[in-house]
Order: sequence, then structure tokens, then C-alpha cells
Amino acid sequence: MAAQMTDSHRRFLQVLMSHGIMEGSEARKLHRHCCEIHKVYYAHDKLDDFINTINIHLQPLFMQIRKGMSEDDGRVRYALVNLAETEITKMASDYTENELELFRKTMDLIILSENGFASSTEILNFADQLKTKKMKKKEAEQVLKLFVEDKWLSERNGEYTLHTRCIMEMEQYILSSYQGVARKCNICHSLAIQSQVCETCGIGMHLPCVGKYFKAQTEPHCPHCNDFWPHEIPEVSRMDSQLSSKRERGKELHSQR
Amino acid sequence: MSQRKRSKGSGFSQGEEGDDECVLSQTQAFSQGPRNLERHSQEQVDQKVSELVQFLLVKDQKKIPIKRSDILKKVIGEYKDVYSEIVNRAGRTLQQVFGLQLVEIDTKHHVYILISTLPRAEGENLRQDDQTAKLGLLTVILSFIFMKGNSAKDGAVWEFLRRLRVHPGERHEVFGDVKKLVMEEFVRQKYLEISPIPLTDPMEFKFQWGPRATKETSKREMLRFVAKIQGKDPAFWTSQFKEAEGSSGPL
Repeated sequence: MAAQMTDSHRRFLQVLMSHGIMEGSEARKLHRHCCEIHKVYYAHDKLDDFINTINIHLQPLFMQIRKGMSEDDGRVRYALVNLAETEITKMASDYTENELELFRKTMDLIILSENGFASSTEILNFADQLKTKKMKKKEAEQVLKLFVEDKWLSERNGEYTLHTRCIMEMEQYILSSYQGVARKCNICHSLAIQSQVCETCGIGMHLPCVGKYFKAQTEPHCPHCNDFWPHEIPEVSRMDSQLSSKRERGKELHSQR
Repeated sequence: MSQRKRSKGSGFSQGEEGDDECVLSQTQAFSQGPRNLERHSQEQVDQKVSELVQFLLVKDQKKIPIKRSDILKKVIGEYKDVYSEIVNRAGRTLQQVFGLQLVEIDTKHHVYILISTLPRAEGENLRQDDQTAKLGLLTVILSFIFMKGNSAKDGAVWEFLRRLRVHPGERHEVFGDVKKLVMEEFVRQKYLEISPIPLTDPMEFKFQWGPRATKETSKREMLRFVAKIQGKDPAFWTSQFKEAEGSSGPL
């Protein structure tokens, strides 16, 4: 039976909405903050139930607070996503026709790539081939910056991949539009943009999932075909720990406009 | 000649919404006879309500005031005959699920914004970024305008900001083009209103609170803010205190 929405739920939703996407630890803090302010019952391990209540009310709106994992650091993220494929999606209202076309092209390049990244050179080469309206390279560079700022893309060393928020928002769309090409992780069964792939049987796994699965195994073998796993096993920091010593991918790159 | 619309089965009769914006004028403008049930199924109308909710949320996240014409063009489309039902239900959903209220800030041109109906909380961790800094600057300007008697000349505002090391001519580390921010962005977002002062040469402007500021904050809050900064009691400023206590708006 669904619990009622209270102001604590509404506040949580408003704050999450203003962030777009949030780390697990932030969400837990926010849960406590909202319950305290509105003096409602708080249990630190009931965040998922709390979110569930909100989701029941979001369902008729084709929206959902989704829990996902960042492909970079394996940490939990919460995001408010659209489930409906209407023209009123978040992207469509923010960008012009040719900007959207550039994004779709970038997405193609990323999904069809080996490593889940597309270089800026590759993307910019398409700028003047856009069917809707050509773009100069300089302009396309600015648009890419915008996509990063708005958390549709992530950038690393001049290469672009899909931001966690984008993956969470568009997972269904990507899996259906890129059927046969887009890969699901063999471990967690979610869409994997960056993945390690077994050379023998072709299954793929998220890097954090590889790290967790093969932790402390001296001779890693493919979970599917048992062949030797040839790739370097990424190091796993404590699950959902506070601060990773690695580059803090949780802090999105804010490019200065 | 127009007839009142009846919505069937959804349980939201149009009679109740006396306080919701534009119901009456809307029925006059768009009614085309009794609602033709064959034209729009309940499912389709539900879909439109959720589309409108999303549309409003997306626009408001960017603080873009929403025009009725945009709502009609981009969301309602051929569901014009049930416009009121869709808008009212969307408004109710926004309130029940998000704690947001759809408020008309321009009754002549029918422009709306969303306001949070949740009580204000200290130390709210809304996204801390350039947005927060901008709102800080805005608060300072709004409080200055209020303390000056609800209207301040642009020269006075810039002089005041100069003391905070914010200059219209220079690019600011956080705010960038401050002049553009204050005179264009804040105005477009309806936080500030600028009007030219007649018979001034060179042209001078006066700043006042915009309709969004009036709805999102209050004179009382602004006075409290100033008092906090200066370490005094709000009652220290007698005329502003009187005005603030008499004003309505969020506490």
C-alpha cells in the first residue's frame, strides 16, 4: 500500500530536480534533512522506500527517480528521469534542431565505438555535414561544452562519452534504437556504454562490475565462456565509500562559459 | 455564444476552480460546444496533463516564465477544447507531487511561473553553483531596492555594487558580464523590472522588484536579511519595518 506524499517527499523531489542527478551519499543526507525539517519518521536505511513513495506518484507522469551506477567510479547515483518518449523530453526543449542532430551523431559515434568514447575530432568532422543546418567547428565545440555542462555528455582528455545522467535517462531508448549494438553488462544487466568485452564470446561488463566481480582473483575468467579474461582488472575502492583517491568523477566538469 | 465545458468521469469538475487562473476567460475563448467525448479519450487527456507538467517543470527549472501561447502551441495543440481541465489538473499535480504552485505573474499577457509552496528551510542544499551565487547577488540588489523605498536609480544600484567589488564594466570572476546579468537576465526572469526615468539625459533607469521576486520572497524576508547582515533588529528601520510587517507573501 502506497504511503502518502508528505512535504518531506516534495522537498526531496524539488532538490533532486534542481540537481538533476545526485550521488548516493548526497541523497541519503537529503533524505535525512527532509525528514527532519518536516518532522516525519526517518530511518536511515529506508531511502529506497521513501523514493518508492515518490515514484508511485510520479508514475502517471511518466517520470521516475531512478537509481543507477556511474560507469567511471561504480558509485550509486539517483536521477529524475523521463520515461515517455514525447517531444517534451528534457533535451528537445533546450536545443535547436541541428544541435540535437549533432548530439544524435555523437551518440552514434560513442555507442558504435570500441571503448565508449568519441574523440572531439571525430565529432567535429560531422559539424559541417549536418542535414538540418551546418555548423562551424567552433560553434560545434561550444555546443559540446553545453552538452557537458547540462550533463548529457562527459568529457575526458578531449574525448566524449555519455554522462551517467544521460545513460540513466535514455537507457530504454538506446537499448531499443541500437539493438544488437548497444551492450548490456553481463553482471548487472544494465546498459553499458564503456565496457570490457570478452574476445571469445563477446559478452561485456562495466569496468566497476569487472572490478567487483574479479576482485582478488589471480586468474580471471569470463563468467560466460570461462576463457581467460585478457583485460586489466580495474581497482575497486570501497563500495560507495566517501572519497575515492582516484580522480573524483562524481564532481562533474563545469566548463566556464 | 459559449457553453460551459463539462468534464466527465475524471472527477475534476470545472466548477470548483474559482481561484485558478483564467478558467472563465478560457472557456469563453475556446469552447466549441459540449465536450465531444469521442474526440479525446481519458487516456489521451491524461497524457496531455503529464506532458504539460513536464513542460512547466522544464521551463521553470531555467526560470523562464511560461507564456500561455507556448502552452497552447507546444502542449495543448488540438486539445484546446479541454484546455482548462488540462491546466487545472496539471496545477493540482504540481501541488500534490512537487509542492509547486502555478502562479500567473502577468494577467494581461498570461505569463506563469512555478513557486514552491513548501516552507523555507535554512541551509537548503539546492545545487550549489553559479546559480546560488547569482541568487545571492540578486538578494543583495532586491534588499537594496526595498530599503531605498521600493525603487532605486540604476546609478545608485551600481554604486552600491561597486562597494562589493562588482563593476558593470568589468568581467566578474563568478558573474561574468554583470551588466548583462542584472539588466537582461534578471529582468527576463522577472526578478527585476527596469523602467526608464523620463526626461533624463543621459537616460537613467530605475530598478524595482519584478513579479517573480514579489512571489518568491517578501519585504519581511528582505528586511530580516539586511538586519542580519548589519547585526541590528529589523525594527531599527521604522518605515521599512512597518511596510514589511504589513506586506503579504511568504514569511
